[in-house]
Amino acid sequence: MAEKILEIDNLTVNFDGFKALNNLNFSMDAGELRVIIGPNGAGKTTFLDVITGKVQPTEGTVRFKGKNLRKIAEHHISRLGIGRKFQTPRVYLNLSVRENLDLACNRQKNVFATLFQRPPATDKRNVFGLLETVGLTAKADLKADLLSHGEKQRLEIGMLVAQSPELLLVDEPVAGLTDEETENVGNLLLALAESHSIIVIEHDMEFVRQIARQVTVLHQGSVLCEGNMDRIQNDPRVIEVYLGQVPSIGEKEMIMLRIAASMAWADGNIATEEIDVVLTRLSRQFADDEQQQKELQHELRDYLGSKVAIADLVPQLETVAEREIVLKLSYEVISSSARTASEDLINEEEAIAYVNLIKLLELPAETVKRLEAEVQAMSKS
Amino acid sequence: MINLDKGTVIKRQKRRKLLIEGIAIAAIGLVLCLLLPAILPAFRLKLLGRFLSLAIVALGIDLIWGYTGLLSLGHGIFFALGGYGLAMHLKLQLPEGQIPDFFPLYGVEKLPFFWYPFYSFPVTLIAIVLVPTIVAGLLGYLVFRNRIKGVYFSILTQAALLVFFNFFNGQQKLINGTNGLKTDTDTLFGMVVSSSGMQLAFYEVTVLSVLIIYLLCRWLTSGRFGRILIAIRDDENRVRFSGYDPTGFKVLVFAISGGIAGVAGALYTVQSGIITPSFMEVAFSIEMVIWVAVGGRGTLIGAIIGTLLVTFARTLLSEQFPEVWLFFQGALFLLVVTVLPNGIVGWVKSWGWEKLRSLLGLEEPMVTYPSLEKDPLVQQEREELESVQDNQR
Repeated sequence: MAEKILEIDNLTVNFDGFKALNNLNFSMDAGELRVIIGPNGAGKTTFLDVITGKVQPTEGTVRFKGKNLRKIAEHHISRLGIGRKFQTPRVYLNLSVRENLDLACNRQKNVFATLFQRPPATDKRNVFGLLETVGLTAKADLKADLLSHGEKQRLEIGMLVAQSPELLLVDEPVAGLTDEETENVGNLLLALAESHSIIVIEHDMEFVRQIARQVTVLHQGSVLCEGNMDRIQNDPRVIEVYLGQVPSIGEKEMIMLRIAASMAWADGNIATEEIDVVLTRLSRQFADDEQQQKELQHELRDYLGSKVAIADLVPQLETVAEREIVLKLSYEVISSSARTASEDLINEEEAIAYVNLIKLLELPAETVKRLEAEVQAMSKS
Repeated sequence: MINLDKGTVIKRQKRRKLLIEGIAIAAIGLVLCLLLPAILPAFRLKLLGRFLSLAIVALGIDLIWGYTGLLSLGHGIFFALGGYGLAMHLKLQLPEGQIPDFFPLYGVEKLPFFWYPFYSFPVTLIAIVLVPTIVAGLLGYLVFRNRIKGVYFSILTQAALLVFFNFFNGQQKLINGTNGLKTDTDTLFGMVVSSSGMQLAFYEVTVLSVLIIYLLCRWLTSGRFGRILIAIRDDENRVRFSGYDPTGFKVLVFAISGGIAGVAGALYTVQSGIITPSFMEVAFSIEMVIWVAVGGRGTLIGAIIGTLLVTFARTLLSEQFPEVWLFFQGALFLLVVTVLPNGIVGWVKSWGWEKLRSLLGLEEPMVTYPSLEKDPLVQQEREELESVQDNQR
């Protein structure tokens, strides 16, 4: 088992009766990249405040590499090896980019060392390397004031790295960035994750999907659930927290829905007929009377998200009956429409995806044949 | 290769800049030390000496306000402490067994204990710097440890100023209360303080002090220490989360700034002939802040220029129209706040310099889209392209 870099037990933070964090338990291995998501007010920023010592916990402990952080001042925590990036980029606007990095790079951080010691040559080299890493070499001698928002974000991440912390806490690094910049920051974080443990707090789901391996969802000050991205997306509790209503279908049904939807997406185009097929079939599957079916169809439409990796989803369907339902449904979906009139109903991409699915489902060949025949018979009648 | 060349070029430019600055400082120092005493009448020279000692306290305020972003309205305390230190030493230039003449008026027969160290001239010199430094350090530690900043810090320093003012005003039996200590008729090294020779000596010492303290501040504000001060001003929390403890830095700077004010106070006292608790009036400390604001926060030379300009303007104006000065000062402050937020030097640096150059025809005013000429990314690309073309040839 890997060494735990961060362990948090029963953490509660009470702001005059409002519990920003409520009995939160969290732990993280050294070298992990963890993304924390959660709706507004879930306590994400307070969570970082407690780790960095800005807010003292009312109850519970935070351990960094086994060391209890209670009552340790912010700058000491930072020197222990925890670096933090704030939500809005916070760099020293009146200093040049190089000077910003140099201050973060400095190893001797007490007053007199800063005053009397000459900066060692290694610091200069480090700064030079960091400038390349964050891509600001050309602007090294410009005041940070003159940088764009995205450049400031990168500079601040560079300053974090300059401190050479073991744990990086990154609060919404891509808020307000263009897609291209977002991808740059994502790649930067992924590169850093090779040698650091990182916690990222983020709202942007596309970005989370780009970088996430493990995701923790916070809700009302506690951990709601933890797991990989696909798991999180299908968890009914997470959907409830984000969309504000409890899904009427369970986790298994959600997975079936996602698989069917991804079949419909296989040719890069989800047609109205395909949506209709998925929705009507599924609602018939899960509800009995017509009224309920109508409501369900309406609700399920929201869950037809974009493409999902089915390889992770299929193994979660345990019974043969469930797998058969999925197969039937998928076959029906792909044969329901074509992109153009001249094309076959099942086009090439759909066929590939379908074959792939059959492989994953591990159903016997006879069963597949039987189910396909059933579907064809149904559509003819 | 390109980067190395660029590095040495930048280094050479830096060295040249430093050299020019050094020569300029030396030249100004020589003019102040040698030329002006020869051409200015004694009265004007004395004024200049007083203004220069005020420029010293402005340097201290610039350090704590301009660079570190803490507006102190209590520098009168440290200024007066330095002044009282030297004045006490002068008061003690008496035959054996006598005590300063004001004590018997209040029925005091024995010299208060804290006067004794001031018999010694070296101790006095040390005390002039050390006492204000320690007071500032203590006050600073208490305030900064509790993370009091911004306007609350200003109010606290002003409150401390009032406390000291009232204390000194009320203690006739200790330091002659509201009458203060008169130094004009006292002697130092056997010479009367107000004699022209002595005053010239004080003037020279003042010029020297300005130079030394300017260099001290220059050293403090360049390099990493200075950059941390600016960083604290810009974003203290960021500094804290970068692993620095801002409290230590702020206490040190505030203490140094207090010590500098002490030196200024001592020099001002002997050149004006008296120190009274009125040096600790609220208005005077605010005036000090105005000098720095007019000259330009965060530029050391600005503090000096601002002080000299404002104090000379006051002298000239109040000689001509005694009533007008206060209005003028108010107007000046408004003008600086609204039109020149970075003071005179700040304006020249950011704006006026280029305008001046283009007026003199030294640099063509920019007619193209400026970012193309000045954008470092564009410049770098251009350089790279050129070097590639050179290689191809």
